[in-house]
Amino acid sequence: MSGSVFDARRVTPGTSSISIRDLSLEFPIFHGGARSLKKLLFKQGKAALTSSRSMRTGGEVRMDRPDGGPVYVQALQDVSLKIRAGERVGLIGHNGAGKSTLLRVMAGIYMPDSLNVSIRGQVAALLDVNSGMNPELTGRENITLMGRHKGLNTSQIRQLEQDVEDFAQLDTFLDLPVRLYSSGMIVRLGFGLATAITPQILLMDEWFMAGDFHFRERAEKRLSSVVNNTDILVITSHALDVLEEWCTRLIWMEGGQIRMDGPTADVLAAYREDTQTPESETAQNPADAP
Amino acid sequence: MVSSGSSEHTGFTATAAPVAAGPNGSGPVESAPRTRSRVMMACKDIADGFRLWRLAATLGWLDIRLQFSGSTLGPFWLTLTTAVMIGSMGLIYSQLFHLVLKDYLPYLSISIILWQTGLSALILESCSTFTRATETLRSVNMPYTVQALRTMMRCGIVFSYNLVVPIAVFLVFRISPGSDVVLALPALLLWLVDSVALCLLLGCACARFRDIPPIVGSIMQIIFYITPIIWEPKQVGEHAWWLYFNPFFSLLEIVRRPFLGQVPSVTSWLISGATSLVFCLLALFVFSRSRSKLAFWV
Repeated sequence: MSGSVFDARRVTPGTSSISIRDLSLEFPIFHGGARSLKKLLFKQGKAALTSSRSMRTGGEVRMDRPDGGPVYVQALQDVSLKIRAGERVGLIGHNGAGKSTLLRVMAGIYMPDSLNVSIRGQVAALLDVNSGMNPELTGRENITLMGRHKGLNTSQIRQLEQDVEDFAQLDTFLDLPVRLYSSGMIVRLGFGLATAITPQILLMDEWFMAGDFHFRERAEKRLSSVVNNTDILVITSHALDVLEEWCTRLIWMEGGQIRMDGPTADVLAAYREDTQTPESETAQNPADAP
Repeated sequence: MVSSGSSEHTGFTATAAPVAAGPNGSGPVESAPRTRSRVMMACKDIADGFRLWRLAATLGWLDIRLQFSGSTLGPFWLTLTTAVMIGSMGLIYSQLFHLVLKDYLPYLSISIILWQTGLSALILESCSTFTRATETLRSVNMPYTVQALRTMMRCGIVFSYNLVVPIAVFLVFRISPGSDVVLALPALLLWLVDSVALCLLLGCACARFRDIPPIVGSIMQIIFYITPIIWEPKQVGEHAWWLYFNPFFSLLEIVRRPFLGQVPSVTSWLISGATSLVFCLLALFVFSRSRSKLAFWV
């Protein structure tokens, strides 16, 4: 395992940190042929569409580029935050508030070389259910690939395989292509795989709470053992009870900006007040359904 | 839309001047030190990618296996289809052009294989280096170079399955290239270097501009006809020196001549080396500039 790229990012335990300074992030959207060479070669002034300034789901869409270039979606705007070792951070906000984008920035997927972002520590990210799994390959092959990505040798991969096999309890399905799995089974595999190696910084998107009741119980047990050994945890979720249980600090995102950042109780109170939804409803997790 | 409480709570103050670092890469980002660090980051990505060569090899191999999953012969279809093509082409062309089959077929088989499953396949496949790995690029933090190595690996496997055909032809006609064949090894090594460079170069370009793959496809078609592949350089007679203006001719010659038991000309090697150097520099330039934006393009 020594010399692997994954290990190279490891820092002294307890010194992991995430710091983001004044980060703005725009998504270029190359739809409707905007991506074509023609558009670039024959740049002409396009009829400028005035952009809407009202609140909306998702970031602000800008189509008023003078050069008629691609449309941009402002996903994050002037985001500054610093997370130190030991913090358990939750991201809340409406759909498209920039939570997942921020998580991808922390994972080093978007803007990996930006001067505004500095991530210290070994990062593992559970960003989407498939987490880079190839649906055509069997579960076992995906485990091997994951192990290779982490720079494990063959015997360590066998160990990883055994560990995930015991946890996911997929039996014979582990030797079938992942595309045949039910969504709950994919979550089992993805979750087992992502939590098999304890990272220093764990980033999780909200999907991880899917799966049936028994699985959730085991998942929480496994997760808490992983979380206890990580320096930093960042999760996004709409399930406020989950956040309340896991997090020491909440960051409330709105329209790509940080609306509020503080201890869980304070932010939750403000968030509940703002959304004005009865607690019983907000605490319900849409992924609860089997 | 009010930004409040962020800096107070964390006790963090932004000391550095705000840098407008949009993924469009315009604005004040284009300063000299920034460029240098971009090239550094690209080199680091390439180094990290090479350290994950086992992953790239596994990915490349699985690509081939998936392509033929469910078929009885599996990747041997590669060998079989090529054998059928070479056989029929050899028969028809030798009749049409009144060539002696024993002279022509070995030349044709090695040329076609080196071009079609070698150079041409490499370039065409390199276009989709990043576009076919969209899911991975968006959800896993992995050096981009791994995808380039994966494409190289895939092409290498296809190439070796096909190389069986010319070897069989050589055996059938009892032709031995002699010890000169070892000269093909450094040339093939140069191809591998070129393939990584082209994957990074065309992979980035094609991720951004989706019109490039068909353009590359048509250009390769033209190059196929202007390069001596199904015809021999001696057929153009005294004008053969013109061929050197086509860098693909030299790249092909340095691998092909050793297989035919000849020593490739120094000119071919010089042109190939220079071409490869241009590929590598272009690749580094384009890749270092595209790297931070690739996740948005794919």
